[in-house]
Amino acid sequence: MRNVLTIARKELRLYFVSPVAYAIATTVYLILGAIFFINVYFGLRGETIPPDGRIVINPLITILLFATPAITMRLLTDEQRMGTIELILTAPVRDWELVVGKWLGSFGFMFLLLAVTWVYPLIIHQMTEPGIDQGVLVSAYTGLIFMTSAMLAIGVFISTLFRSSVAAFFTTLAVFLGLWIVEGFGSGSGVGSEILRNLSFVSHYYDTLFLGMFDIGDLFYYLSLTALALFLGTQVIEARRWR
Amino acid sequence: MIEVKGLTKYYGRHMAIQDLTFDAQRGEILGFLGPNAAGKTTTLRILAGYMPPSQGTARIAGFDVLEQSLEVRKRIGYLPETVPLYPEMSVWEYLDYMGSLRRVEDLEERISEVLEEVQLEERAESYIGNLSKGLKQRVGLAQALLHEPEVLILDEPTIGLDPAQIIEVRHLIQKLGKDRTVLLSTHILSEAQQVCDRVLIINKGQLVAEDTPENLQAQISGADQLVVRASTETEALRDLISLIPEVTEVMPGEVEGEVFVMSVPGKDIRPEVARKIVEAGFDLLELRLAGLSLEDIFLQLTKENTHLKEGG
Repeated sequence: MRNVLTIARKELRLYFVSPVAYAIATTVYLILGAIFFINVYFGLRGETIPPDGRIVINPLITILLFATPAITMRLLTDEQRMGTIELILTAPVRDWELVVGKWLGSFGFMFLLLAVTWVYPLIIHQMTEPGIDQGVLVSAYTGLIFMTSAMLAIGVFISTLFRSSVAAFFTTLAVFLGLWIVEGFGSGSGVGSEILRNLSFVSHYYDTLFLGMFDIGDLFYYLSLTALALFLGTQVIEARRWR
Repeated sequence: MIEVKGLTKYYGRHMAIQDLTFDAQRGEILGFLGPNAAGKTTTLRILAGYMPPSQGTARIAGFDVLEQSLEVRKRIGYLPETVPLYPEMSVWEYLDYMGSLRRVEDLEERISEVLEEVQLEERAESYIGNLSKGLKQRVGLAQALLHEPEVLILDEPTIGLDPAQIIEVRHLIQKLGKDRTVLLSTHILSEAQQVCDRVLIINKGQLVAEDTPENLQAQISGADQLVVRASTETEALRDLISLIPEVTEVMPGEVEGEVFVMSVPGKDIRPEVARKIVEAGFDLLELRLAGLSLEDIFLQLTKENTHLKEGG
């Protein structure tokens, strides 16, 4: 476990010295800020939309679909391309510690990135009377953090498969979009449709957590996805040794 | 300290190393000599616990590299050929990271010691990406030494360094080899000759020779050999030199007046040869040892893939 923390700490630190992370953060805050401004200036003031902290969450999730692959794309691709993984794997570090450490580092960065966006709901809370429903907001943000955790784990897993960051980025993006739209294919009533609906990123969030319905099952879905992706990533790293 | 038995590794259907068996003791510097793609890196990677062998066993400090990989990895320091480092970290940060992963006690103190050992104290705060190749090599070495490993595995530690740096690194390796086992690969024969206590020559994944550098040389040449040229006919020179008791064979050389002399090893017959020629009234034009250099041995071995018995 100590190795996990060591690796996570190093990754988190590297985010703060790498231009990529700043570029991602800038883009996220810029787009989010612009949308927020437009919403508040035209929507809230004109009373065409209700005061709700969640007006930042919809655009935020869309941005995350692109930002998350950018954050995870180099995590294990770089190690493999530069060969640095050889020194990690010949140190007394278990394969899973490396994978989980990488994920935890990216999660730390993302957590900070998301924490800052909390400022937008706070602004709305200040602007409106009697303020916004904090309970719903907490539920929506908790769900968002669990969703992000799963997305990052998928990104880490995919980064174990490639030596090229670009390949990892687009593959991760494709998987996210797949998990995003899969619900659309599950509109029927059969078992297959049921499974597809249950696989969806969307149904586990927008139908419950986003609405303030705190469902442990949904959190479990994201946790299982996180664990599964990290497990698969570990398997890939282990398989690399055997080649 | 290192025991390797029947080590074999396939990459798909390609056999990288075949049935390697050797060992190394504490305090021994063992050299792996071979051309590129001979299987040196594969062997070292298996010993370092990076990849498992397809067949055979390897034990380091009594631990099996496959079954007790973590125990093995705790005890080795490894420097891969490409010296993979994180360019965006400073030297100190990098060593701090690797040292934490290796659970080094009193890490800060130890980093200072190692930096001094590889003469990098001045560059502790430099970003690795800004260092020259030679300095990066030293960072790699520092990383391998940090946890004071019992076994050091160095893959081509002097490749890409300038002559002054090469000498420095060789001295460092010799110093380190006094109290631990060092396994190093190289394709530079003189390096093996200078640094190593024992050399394994490997070609196409197979062990072709194993001995001390000196013995290897003697073994191949079999006897001391001389090239002699004098201002006379080959035939006359041949008769003259054959009179020396230690001479076992005299063969005509490439030009008139030149002969190739084989004699029993261990005794230098050059003064005797010179005297004989001058006493006979000829002019001595050339007299030199024709003993094979390690280069010749190496080429000969790797070309013919001859199996040699281990000699004493």
